[in-house]
Amino acid sequence: MNFVIPAFAPAIPEMVLLALTSFILVADTFWSKRYQFATYYATQATLIVVAYLIMSSFATAQVITFDGGFVRDSFADILKLFIVLVSLGIFLFSKEYLLQQKFFSGEYFVLGLFGVLGMFVMVSAHNFITLYLGLEIMSLAMYAMIALRRDASDAIESAMKYFVLGALATGILLYGFSMLYGATGSITFPEIAKIIEAGKADAVVLSFGVVFIVIGLAFKLGAVPFHMWAPDVYHGSPTAVTLYLGTAPKIAAFAIIYRLLAEGMPGLVSDWQTLIIILSVLSMVVGAIVAIVQENLKRMLAYSGIGHAGFLLLGVLAANPDGYAGAMFYIIVYAITAVAGFGMIIALSRTGNEFDKIADFKGLNNRNPWLAFMMLIVMFSMAGIPPFIGFFAKVIVIEEVVKAGFIWIAVVAVITAVISAFYYLRVVKAMYFDKADETGPIAPVSGELNWAVSFVSIALLVLGLMPSSLIELCYQSIGLK
Amino acid sequence: MIALSDYLIFGAILFTISMAGIFLNRKNIIILLMSIELLLLAVNTNLVAFSHYLNDVTGQIFVFFILTVAAAEAAIGLAIIVLVFRNRKSINVDDLGSLKG
Repeated sequence: MNFVIPAFAPAIPEMVLLALTSFILVADTFWSKRYQFATYYATQATLIVVAYLIMSSFATAQVITFDGGFVRDSFADILKLFIVLVSLGIFLFSKEYLLQQKFFSGEYFVLGLFGVLGMFVMVSAHNFITLYLGLEIMSLAMYAMIALRRDASDAIESAMKYFVLGALATGILLYGFSMLYGATGSITFPEIAKIIEAGKADAVVLSFGVVFIVIGLAFKLGAVPFHMWAPDVYHGSPTAVTLYLGTAPKIAAFAIIYRLLAEGMPGLVSDWQTLIIILSVLSMVVGAIVAIVQENLKRMLAYSGIGHAGFLLLGVLAANPDGYAGAMFYIIVYAITAVAGFGMIIALSRTGNEFDKIADFKGLNNRNPWLAFMMLIVMFSMAGIPPFIGFFAKVIVIEEVVKAGFIWIAVVAVITAVISAFYYLRVVKAMYFDKADETGPIAPVSGELNWAVSFVSIALLVLGLMPSSLIELCYQSIGLK
Repeated sequence: MIALSDYLIFGAILFTISMAGIFLNRKNIIILLMSIELLLLAVNTNLVAFSHYLNDVTGQIFVFFILTVAAAEAAIGLAIIVLVFRNRKSINVDDLGSLKG
């Protein structure tokens, strides 16, 4: 038995991220007494350094290292860059929120960075062990982040719920992994795919494994009927944490769906496609209908996230590279839009007033016309109204589903998109046509926040006017064109 | 000689018990944590059994990773339970129902 030292170069961004995060974790104990914002600036600097490292060694071909456990390809690099981009925004908004709500602490940023590390590992996972470890690094950081506000009863309750259902989901996923390992004798995705293609694996054990894996993934993504945790967790968590767990982890969740289903078991399409169809259709329908009755905006956005998960799965169920590229574009667009949506709640919240009820938005146009207009852009983009970017995301996944021959699913998707436009427009109606309970102007606490929220919202419009480069990027990274 | 299927049935029974523990339990959050551990043990049983019958050591290495992460997970879970108790003075599952809608 000889030991071969693996090639470390492809994993440099992850290693630097881990080293810097560990350094910030220790340094924070000293910094927090003297310089309040040192940890925050160090966090943002770390993300920029990591983004630079990824860009300077951008993968053009697939590199596999750590005994088949870690893969670096352009798919991974693009998703990692977007995770970094989204996280930069998340931390910027979070800093302001934590200051307002008076529980600013360095731990939030350190845990956030560990979460980003977990997402990186998930995106680059190439066997079951790496995937599991990445998932757990991310999840453990998020459990702690939700419970960060120790005196808030609601936050603790949602931390408990998220913990139990998250751990359950991981357990179910692992049970599926054990079945797949037993049937194929391997834990590396391409090898599993090869053994399945060759027909050497036991079909019953395989389909058992697929069912458990899809259920575990559905839990993580928040797809119906495994969505029960999402509304409670989104609602109960501090808005900064909701912003975190509703955006960047979704990108990582899509990455593991792609790695597992598209790279690991393309030979079992007939098994998992039916399951994904059920999840997708149910998510779209439940997400659209239940969101109508919500009074709390965070809760409404949770149901909207469930609906969006259904749309994301449309691209996956097409089960061809075009479909995956469409889904990838969809999830990136969704992550950016969700940052803008939760960022808007943070921009308007005050100490002791979360500004997360739809009633709070009544008459916003009279109180702050600029922010009302930005919120209008966010809501229109989520609803999929042209010329905003959300429209193109929906068009592409629906187009792929039609091309794959599932016309009835496309019809369901369009109908649910129309239904869901109702509750997005309800917010717009509240802002422009309802009378405010409180009069007097309202503005974000800091100018920085005003700029950030305007920047993200206008980006939705600009991207919507010229979406082709982002779409191209997604198609290229899947290996098309 | 114990057959592979016996181990798998044992794993499936553990899995079912833990599912029942999570969904039927209305009393104590600690039981939820125990059920989650049991779920991971079901997975470990499966992996070790497969590993033995396939003559492949990968499955056993996977088990080490799962055990380690499960310990970290239990630590965070217990910490959250302490917070629940501080805030609500009880760790009944039924008391965790203030978020609804």
